Amino acid sequence: MSQAALGTSPPEAVGEPLLALRGVGIGLKRRRRSSEIVRGVDLEVFPGEKLGIVGESGSGKTLTVLSVLRLLPDPPVRLLRGQITFAGRDLGALDDKALARVRGAEIAMVYQDPMTSLNPLLRVRTQIAETLRAHGVPREAARARCREVLAQVGLQGPERVERAFPHELSGGMLQRVMIAMALAVSPRLLIADEPTTALDVTIQQQILELVEDIQSRTGMAVVWVTHDLGVVARIVDQVVVMYAGRVVEKGPTRPLFARPNHPYTQALLGSLPHRGTRHRQPLTQIGGSPPDPAHLGRGCPFRSRCAYAFDRCAEEEPPLIDRGAGAAACWKAPSEWGK
Amino acid sequence: MAEVALRATGVVKEYPSRRGPPVRALRGVSVCLPEARTLGVVGESGCGKSTLARVLVGLEQPTSGRIELMGHAAGGHAGPALARRIQLVFQDPFSSLNPRLTVSSTLTEVLAVHNLVTGRAQRRQRVDELLAMVALGPRFLDRYPHELSGGQAQRVAIARALAVEPRLLVLDEPTSALDVSVRAEVMNLLARLQDQLALSYVFISHDLAMVRHISDTISVMYLGKIVEAGPYEAVLGAPLHPYTRALAEAVPLPDPEVEAGRRKASTGEAGALGAEPPGGCPYHTRCPLAEEICRAQVPELVELRPGHEAACHIAARETGTQQTGTQQTGTQQTGTQ
Repeated sequence: MSQAALGTSPPEAVGEPLLALRGVGIGLKRRRRSSEIVRGVDLEVFPGEKLGIVGESGSGKTLTVLSVLRLLPDPPVRLLRGQITFAGRDLGALDDKALARVRGAEIAMVYQDPMTSLNPLLRVRTQIAETLRAHGVPREAARARCREVLAQVGLQGPERVERAFPHELSGGMLQRVMIAMALAVSPRLLIADEPTTALDVTIQQQILELVEDIQSRTGMAVVWVTHDLGVVARIVDQVVVMYAGRVVEKGPTRPLFARPNHPYTQALLGSLPHRGTRHRQPLTQIGGSPPDPAHLGRGCPFRSRCAYAFDRCAEEEPPLIDRGAGAAACWKAPSEWGK
Repeated sequence: MAEVALRATGVVKEYPSRRGPPVRALRGVSVCLPEARTLGVVGESGCGKSTLARVLVGLEQPTSGRIELMGHAAGGHAGPALARRIQLVFQDPFSSLNPRLTVSSTLTEVLAVHNLVTGRAQRRQRVDELLAMVALGPRFLDRYPHELSGGQAQRVAIARALAVEPRLLVLDEPTSALDVSVRAEVMNLLARLQDQLALSYVFISHDLAMVRHISDTISVMYLGKIVEAGPYEAVLGAPLHPYTRALAEAVPLPDPEVEAGRRKASTGEAGALGAEPPGGCPYHTRCPLAEEICRAQVPELVELRPGHEAACHIAARETGTQQTGTQQTGTQQTGTQ
């Protein structure tokens, strides 16, 4: 299917981001109280880029990506403010019908648990064909395309797989089916929310290689949401680190791992056993636990766990400050941390 | 040579299946763990590592094979005194702690059930001691699990296991359900407790970095069997079995420099839980090195380097060891694919 059949997208200037989030705030409404659990998120994804969003559970990384396609569980969670543009169009200004054409066709999503994202009562081919039919592909073409994408994701015996019900396939095979379904309509952006967390490392490796392979062939951009710093180090070009609903650091992968600009990133990397960690040597702990983003006071959300916090951190929340190779929401540059 | 805390010999666990032959989750597993040491167990889901944990602590009876704790045969007539010596810590503390009991009641209950400490004051004192061991203060006594963070809840679960004065802890993915930022805290606590109390650990995890960090020896499981075992540096640093190599290479490291230099090397997929392995070497369908002999003969776990065992025909040939492979071709010729 051609791109033109999916609505007119204005030509993009070189260097324009494919997806841009500006000042995104996401709120949670509990009874009569409402609170902003994701705040001031700015991020961009350029065509063909691989962006990683890293954060622990509750950091707001999943909500952030769900907001892009208006998939937030509303109620109780809704987009309160901010602008989301895709290929120059304001997604917030689209009506439901127009947005439905963007979903799947231009931006596709893959979720963590393939078992719960597929309909257990429908054969694989019915589900993939349904996606294609929804985007106006004729029945015969949909059937052919279905087999083609199943082969593309490295599933052996696509004829057998397309007739299978989800319970007849293993976790790794199901995640491939999910990816095949996402790719069926040739999206320009794939958002993958922890797609390998439920899988074994060996299967994870296959999925990572598969996505990289498809990406290098089609030039599709990828947003990879994960808590696994190893996965980030392996596959992404740009990293966004989230903590308590805020972007606390972003920058290109290598410098970010080599010289993190935010104490949280530094502490997270330091807490993992790595090359050079002696056997059984105590690992660097981060005291305390992540705060509830719904109940943050003033100041930096990381200050209670931060080794370098000073007076200002309790009073004023730091904005993202440019630090050369990247930016971090910390009042101190790394060279000032010890002081 | 230290005393042996745990010795399992030829442990088989079968589950009856409604149709067809029983599902064999463990196919003859032997492990030996000296006192105050850690044995790491790694493998993919469905390899039998959690079944092994349950069999070792006596939650399941093995179909055959022998388990000895502190030199005494476990199970059957061993009695609760011996069973108490080995305790299991689960992956998710929130599902293993009773949500309706406070920390104090959780610990007191264990002491009462096992008749360990009599008298209210003494129990109270012992509960304080247990909390102190896991570095939690008395202010946690009246909290319910939902009022604890993941790391705190896992520490309470560890304190509960320690209440019965075990000599051995079986830790089944103890950090996997925790946030990355609190894993280090639990790992450090486990290492410290081991030093203080001379505990022995069976540390089961798919997190190879953590397993390597804490274990003295490592056993690698594949489809219900141990395919490689030995000192941690040898098994993960210079693996002999192609499966261990594949597993180690599949783990992404938090280091983009290392990751950039990595070659692509994915292998296939193991069969479903308890699936009947193919004839010959159970790994041959995924193995890049497989030869004729691998399809015909089951390799035995043999010592190929000092203290370092592997069940692989190719590794045996390369290290110049005689493989004592049996002519028997697996259990059945039902392949997984």
